[in-house]
Amino acid sequence: MSIQLAGVHKAFGPKKVLRGFTLTLREGETAAIVGPSGCGKSVLLKHLVGLLRPDAGTVFVDGRSVGDLRRRELVELRRKIGFVFQFAALFDSMTVAANVSMGLRRLPGWDRKRIAERVGECLGLVDLNGLGERFPAELSGGQRKRAGLARAIAASPKYLLYDEPTTGLDPVTTSVIDRLILRMRDELGVTALVVTHDMTSAFRVADRITFLHGGKARFTGTPAEVRTAGDDVLRGFVEGDPALYYGL
Amino acid sequence: MVLFPVTVPLSRPLAASGRSTLAALGSIGQASALFAGSVRALRDIGVWGPLLLPQMARVGVASVPIALFIAMFTGIVMSLQASYTLTGTIPLYFVGTMVGKTMILELGPVLTGLTLAGRVGANISAELGTMRVTEQVDALETLAYNPIAYLVVPRTLAGILMFPFVVLLAIAMGIMSGWLTALQLLDMSSPEFIKGLRLFFEPWDVWFAVVKSVSFGAVVTGIGCFCGLQTDQGAEGVGRSATRTVVVSSMIILCLDAFWAAVLL
Repeated sequence: MSIQLAGVHKAFGPKKVLRGFTLTLREGETAAIVGPSGCGKSVLLKHLVGLLRPDAGTVFVDGRSVGDLRRRELVELRRKIGFVFQFAALFDSMTVAANVSMGLRRLPGWDRKRIAERVGECLGLVDLNGLGERFPAELSGGQRKRAGLARAIAASPKYLLYDEPTTGLDPVTTSVIDRLILRMRDELGVTALVVTHDMTSAFRVADRITFLHGGKARFTGTPAEVRTAGDDVLRGFVEGDPALYYGL
Repeated sequence: MVLFPVTVPLSRPLAASGRSTLAALGSIGQASALFAGSVRALRDIGVWGPLLLPQMARVGVASVPIALFIAMFTGIVMSLQASYTLTGTIPLYFVGTMVGKTMILELGPVLTGLTLAGRVGANISAELGTMRVTEQVDALETLAYNPIAYLVVPRTLAGILMFPFVVLLAIAMGIMSGWLTALQLLDMSSPEFIKGLRLFFEPWDVWFAVVKSVSFGAVVTGIGCFCGLQTDQGAEGVGRSATRTVVVSSMIILCLDAFWAAVLL
């Protein structure tokens, strides 16, 4: 069982963002959804953790329809999913270590010592050793993203969702984050979904790439298939060519 | 042909008032849902329990200086104005009566409530609004927390528990400053002032102030949380939520003030 989005529709007022989006994630793979800013990529991710409910269609996680879960069942589901937010969404009144420990404090049977050990492990995994006592405002953009990743993996989730993990980062830091995404797949064995408009990053981390356009999955394929696709709109997006993308 | 230019301008205000009514009804529905959610979230004491004391310190203890400052000058002005009003007609010890009654029944609770609507309500609204627009509220949910239990319940309980404490201190300060003013500037003696103070004093008056301040605490913190969690559109939205909190809280405080006077006195 993994993640499946079946014909998902979502509108905000008159603006239709998703118009029958369908995608199935395979166990253990890292998939990327690419598309221009504002096309509904983040909206898709929020459906997977029940932050948004589809107007039509169904979102399945481990075979259960997310939209039909009761609050308690949703809480259980969310424990299986780590969510890395676009701007990290760290709690700015807490230290990095306290941020990472937040999810662990809700787990039964976890005492302070065990939580502190796990926080140290997670900070080590994202190369933030020694920065646990800093506040988010004292971190660089890349460090904040890594702290957000440490928080997301703390409770050993089965799934990791990355919302624009490299947005606003320099190329070197982008590469560091991409390597971390691959490291999470290799070392933790998580199934991951990355939404991004950064094609370099998508090619680097994804086993499969889905191009979201017009609220639907316009193309799904391996990075090699995306590179050689004959679809002008996709090529226009990948190559950053407005003439191809807009059909001018 | 004749109607067209007339119907268009007429339909606009009608449509606008319709939209406003729908928005107001929507807000009432959402506020009711938040209230119901808060009552349900009371069961989640493991989440809000550890946050209650820090919130009581923020909402209550930190508000004491500004509440005392306002009450002190209110007491001084009350004493001077009472003396000005009464001179030559009514015995001067009625200054004590007016200062005491007015501070306990009206100015202590209402002025403190309005002040805390600005200090506490705007603060809560801006804090939760910023958390909303920076996705920290969403992050709480993904970490299996109920945001209402984590954010709303401790703040609202802190308001309900601490507003009466702040109001009682403000009342005491107002009476003290009115007393000192009477002694220093009005040639009154302490026995005279105390005689006036005790003349129409009813212990129920203090309970009346406590009941009012509990309701003001619930309103200010509850509206702060509601407006904060409804925030959208970035920094501008945060500012709008803070302003809305202060305006709506102040209006409801004045309505509640009249309501309690009609019901309890």
